[in-house]
Amino acid sequence: MSIAVTTQIICFSVLSLVIVVGALGVILLESIVYSAFLLGGVFMSVAGLYLLLNASFVAAAQVLVYVGAVNVLIIFAIMLVNKKEDLKPIGNLKSRRIISTSICITLLSLLIRVDLSNVWGLSDPNTSIGEESTIRIGEHLFSDYLLPFEVASVLLLMAMIGAIVLARRDVRNEDISTGLPVDQELIEKSSEPLLIKKN
Amino acid sequence: MNIESIPLQAFLIVSSILFCIGIWGLLNSRNAVRVLMSIELMLNGVNINLMAFSSYIDNNLIQGQVFTIFVITVAAAEAAVGLAILLSLYRNRVTVDMESFNLLKW
Repeated sequence: MSIAVTTQIICFSVLSLVIVVGALGVILLESIVYSAFLLGGVFMSVAGLYLLLNASFVAAAQVLVYVGAVNVLIIFAIMLVNKKEDLKPIGNLKSRRIISTSICITLLSLLIRVDLSNVWGLSDPNTSIGEESTIRIGEHLFSDYLLPFEVASVLLLMAMIGAIVLARRDVRNEDISTGLPVDQELIEKSSEPLLIKKN
Repeated sequence: MNIESIPLQAFLIVSSILFCIGIWGLLNSRNAVRVLMSIELMLNGVNINLMAFSSYIDNNLIQGQVFTIFVITVAAAEAAVGLAILLSLYRNRVTVDMESFNLLKW
């Protein structure tokens, strides 16, 4: 990237700060709607980091797929299941919190130690292809990564059909009381809620 | 890219922090939608890692970027199926509390 080093460092610091604070907000905020919008901000900042790494195509894919599809999907899901409910208090919540937090901090310190202590074999900056990375990605996708590329398309088709099958509701095409066909609105079959009695 | 500008370790530390925040949210959330969001955060941490390595260590054959594209594809599929499962669970249990999804407990 052909911008000054100081600018790069400032951009990196601001983006990292937004990522970390936004991610903390996603998991800590009380309202799930705020969490969803903060998640969109985190995704945009990650796309900014990709731009700093000379990867404009992946940054565009990140914005399109994550912000445009995944985040919108999450917001729709929140809209569909948005019910104010009082969560049942669970026992030993405090010990759970302590154990999970200590696991996370241990893992984080381990990862940071590996990051800092390992000697990474950095490659020569002169061989960098810089901003022609999109061309190189296209070459990869149509030569040595052709099979994974095609399998990914089958995977997306399977995911689409699976999501439709899972989220579909059973609909009656005739009215229950009169027997007349219903074409104006969908009447849901009153199915027995099978799993509710369990607890 | 000018290697002296931002060290590789800075990107790795940001991705480690993002991954650990995702794990914490995964373990501690009671709302099922928030669990899915935590999974997306973890996947983003992994993606930053792959992108940093592809730009600093493999800067001619950028295979990490191709991997990131595949991870983004799989994450989109995972989000669609995960939210469909969540809707189906909500229809059966009328709650999104993770503590009430104990069907596999015996």
